[in-house]
Order: sequence, then C-alpha cells, then structure tokens
Amino acid sequence: MIELPTVSDSLSAETIRITGNNGDEIEAYIARPASEEARGGVVVIHHMPGYDRGTKEIVRHFAELGYDAICPNLYWREGPGAAPDDAAATARAQGGVPDERLVGDVGGSAQYLRSLPTSNDRVGVIGYCSGGRQSVLAACNLDLDAAVDCYGAFVTGTPPEGFPVQVTNLVDQLPKLRAPLLGLFGNEDSFPSPDQVDELDEILTREGKPHEFHRYDDAGHAFFSVDRPAYRVAAANDGWERISAFFKTHLGG
Amino acid sequence: MCTYATVKTSIDGSAKGPESSWFHVTDGTVYFDHPVHAMAKHTLNIDFADPSRGPSARVAVELTAASARELIGAIQAALDSAPVELTA
Repeated sequence: MIELPTVSDSLSAETIRITGNNGDEIEAYIARPASEEARGGVVVIHHMPGYDRGTKEIVRHFAELGYDAICPNLYWREGPGAAPDDAAATARAQGGVPDERLVGDVGGSAQYLRSLPTSNDRVGVIGYCSGGRQSVLAACNLDLDAAVDCYGAFVTGTPPEGFPVQVTNLVDQLPKLRAPLLGLFGNEDSFPSPDQVDELDEILTREGKPHEFHRYDDAGHAFFSVDRPAYRVAAANDGWERISAFFKTHLGG
Repeated sequence: MCTYATVKTSIDGSAKGPESSWFHVTDGTVYFDHPVHAMAKHTLNIDFADPSRGPSARVAVELTAASARELIGAIQAALDSAPVELTA
C-alpha cells in the first residue's frame, strides 16, 4: 500500500480584537491553518470599499496557503459593528484613513501575528487598491519582511491639476523602504499608470531596493476583485502564483 | 483606480430605503469611484446620511456617469417646472 504524505488544508477563521494605532482596540479578521507548524504571517490591507466579504475571502486564502493571516478593520473607529459599505462611506465622508493611523494599525496587526505560538517571526503585508499604497507606506515605516502592492495609486506620480485627491504620493518615503516589494499592475490602469509604475521601478532601482514587478495586458485596476467587472482571470491567477512564490521566499512555508 | 475624490454638502430632507423607515438626512456625500454593487468600474455615488444616527443611517445610490448626468438634467427640469415661489 502506498502511503501518501499528509497534507491538510484545514483552517479556522474568526473575528477578534487587537490593539491598533495609539493603543486603540480595533476589530480584525484572522484565519489560521490548523497545523501547529511554525509559519509566517500576512497582514491583509483591505481596499477602499472596506472590510468586506471579498477581503475576508483573501484572508482565508492566505491561511489555505499556510500562513497566519489577519485583516484589521481600518474603519472600525468610524463604524464599529456597521455593515462594511456603510462604514466605508462614513470613513470616506470623514476624510479617510490618516497615514499615521494606518501604520499603527498594520503595526499592531503584525505584532499580533508575531505573538502567535506558530509564528516564525516573519510577517509580510499585502494591500489592494488604496491598500496597495498603504502596503508600501507600512513597509517604509515598520519592520516587515515582505510587501505586496496590488495596483496602488499615488505611490508615485503627481495628481492632475485640480484633481481633488486627499492623499500624497510616497516618493519621499521610498528611501526608507525596508522590505522587498512585489508589485502587480494592470497595463490598462490609469492610476497607477504604466508611466507611474515605471517611475516607481526607477526609484527603487536607484535606491537599491529589492523589488519585482509584474504587469498585465488586458487588465486594469482591481483585476483581483472576483465580484467586480474589473476581474481578469488570467492576471489574477498569475498574480496569485507570484504572491505565493514571493511569500514562500521571504516568509518561509 | 481609487479617485479619493469626495465632495460633501449639507442637505435638508428625508430619505428611505427598503424595509426602513423614513429618516431626516443632513449630509450628502458625492464621489466618483468604485461602486459596491453596480456593474461598472466606476460610478457616481451619492450617500444621503444622518451621521448623528450612525453609519447605517444612509441611503446610497451608485449611478453610471451617463445616468448621473441625466439625473442632473432631470432634477434641474423638475425644479424649473415648478413655480418660482415654491422653489425659492
């Protein structure tokens, strides 16, 4: 009789409270493999529409890949217990998530992951859409082991004149980047445009920052979003492969 | 893209959603960005809200750019059709 290796994809997921920026207690969603082996952790930064079902599915996906994964609810302070879309609308109306608060919340999430008995002390961060920019921001200001930017706008680039954005680019912070960066971008995206991705590539190369970019034709913004018209299956499938390989290299597992 | 663009305005009126009661709304938030539900990459979104009653006190619409422009025209036409003394 042939004995097959035991491989388990069992996992558990739950809503918890963690300590975020400024010592605030915030909500977070965590998913963990059932095994007791040491492994890396992943902080998932949700997109601007919020801490929603699609984002929680991504968190569980990382647990299925073998990581302890957590997503802090960045809008908890504005909408504790509210539906994700209502909380997102409220946060938006109040000006969005300040950069300093984002860094504190991601830092608290990473600290929580490192405190788990299964932690190998390595933690990566990944963000989508506005979270892509925030992933880079976090990796410029926190001790993280890997960062993934999925089509984050305004990491580089100057907003068009008269464009009422409320964020700044991160060009002045990029010299502080302290984790290898994986970037995944759609060539049909306008923010970040291919030129802005080129600029980011050039800056990181000049600064000697390890990075790896993949850019997809026939894909624009939000191509990972399975419940939106922007979803592009080829780009998303390849992107997941790239993310898996990148985290395996830098987080172990 | 996330436009981050958000235009806020004070409003005075009432709103109602499915299975809800009418409620007074004080704030309008208007932005062109990703929708939550509409099958379009970007839409013109309007939130009619009363922040004093919490995040769920909100009626939201997500309109394609073309239909949002048509709505602007329809609102203007309706206002113009009424006697001036009623809309002053």
